[in-house]
Amino acid sequence: MNQKKETLTIIIAGFIIGTVASLLVFFGNSKNMGFCIACFIRDTSGAIGLHRAAPVQYIRPEIIGIVLSSFILASAAKEFKPRGGSSPMTRFILGFFVIIGGLMFLGCPFRMIVRLAGGDLNAIFGVIGFAAGILSGVYFLNKGYSLKRTYKLSMTEGLIFPVIQVVLFILLVSAPAFIFFTEAGGGPGGAHAPILISLAAGLIVGALAQRTRLCMVGGIRDIVLFKDGKLLSGFIAIFVSALATNLILSATTDVSFFKLSLAEQPVAHTDGLWNALGMYLVGFAGALLGGCPLRQLILAGEGNTDSAVTIVGLIVGAAFAHNFGLASSPAGPTLNGQIAVVIGICVSVIIAYMNTFRNSEK
Amino acid sequence: MKTIDARGAACPEPVVMTRNALRSNESSYKVLVDSANAKENVSRFAKSQGYSVTVSEEDETFAIILSK
Repeated sequence: MNQKKETLTIIIAGFIIGTVASLLVFFGNSKNMGFCIACFIRDTSGAIGLHRAAPVQYIRPEIIGIVLSSFILASAAKEFKPRGGSSPMTRFILGFFVIIGGLMFLGCPFRMIVRLAGGDLNAIFGVIGFAAGILSGVYFLNKGYSLKRTYKLSMTEGLIFPVIQVVLFILLVSAPAFIFFTEAGGGPGGAHAPILISLAAGLIVGALAQRTRLCMVGGIRDIVLFKDGKLLSGFIAIFVSALATNLILSATTDVSFFKLSLAEQPVAHTDGLWNALGMYLVGFAGALLGGCPLRQLILAGEGNTDSAVTIVGLIVGAAFAHNFGLASSPAGPTLNGQIAVVIGICVSVIIAYMNTFRNSEK
Repeated sequence: MKTIDARGAACPEPVVMTRNALRSNESSYKVLVDSANAKENVSRFAKSQGYSVTVSEEDETFAIILSK
């Protein structure tokens, strides 16, 4: 594919993804949460009892759909190649802090765009912090930052993560008593589209993201590092189409899907500094990982077990966030959360420094 | 011809390695990668720098030849 065609393809994909995200809210997901990888992983983490925050427990079919779609397409294209071994423990820790930052802001980079498209101006602080975080990561990338090479692994190793998604789907549908589900009206976990619609949305978004390599961290990173706007154009397309869909839905239904304000936004708080710092951590750690949470899910579906370990880091981080009161709520950030974000930034700096300037192999 | 071995390197390192190597301004380079992602990313970057790109595949390794 030539460069223009690749960019056009990702813009079309972005339009479809943005529309799907807004339609998920129409079908029942929380407002401005058509898609949010961080929130969905937190819900799944709660559903399997890793945290007991009753408002945010649900096995999200969107996540399952994204991973399986990536797995199926990668297999069909002979791109399913089990790989791993590129500093897995470091990636686990970075994944852990990505979600600590995400739950400070209340969203991953994907939801940041979706929130903007719903008129939530707090997300602007998020975008500023996120971009600054990626710039911090790019600084180290330019100086030679590397988590070392990956290695070829067995088929079994690569299949484990996709198989876990199938198991989660069975648990979701069979709903045994030991799985926790937020009751309808009991919080964001209780607000969700019907299972098959969510699964289909995940499959569509997963397929488009797998084919186009869509990545929000990569979007800003590639502009700075390589002056390449391909990935960023995909996310701009998501914003435009989600905004358009929100406005159309608001005009044609009794419900409002767009409200331009700072205050009283759904599942959001108005602390600009901590919105920015939370997303700074997501951007920084995400750049050190080489991709945003969505991209990690896609890579995990393609057999990359480093990305699978990163997702496990997100799941454990989400559990910590709710077990120790680190996650923000519409009332604002918590002191524990603020301390955790500062620790996360310090840890990211140490990881970046050690893997850039103390790189013994080089 | 200068060879850049980026096999196993995770995104975005193959492109960073290529970019750094291109600073020596030679007329041709050979970049080795082992994933479709890296192949596309390196090819796209090389084209944006004015190189023509040909790719051959052997034993799960893509050899990308850049020439000006």
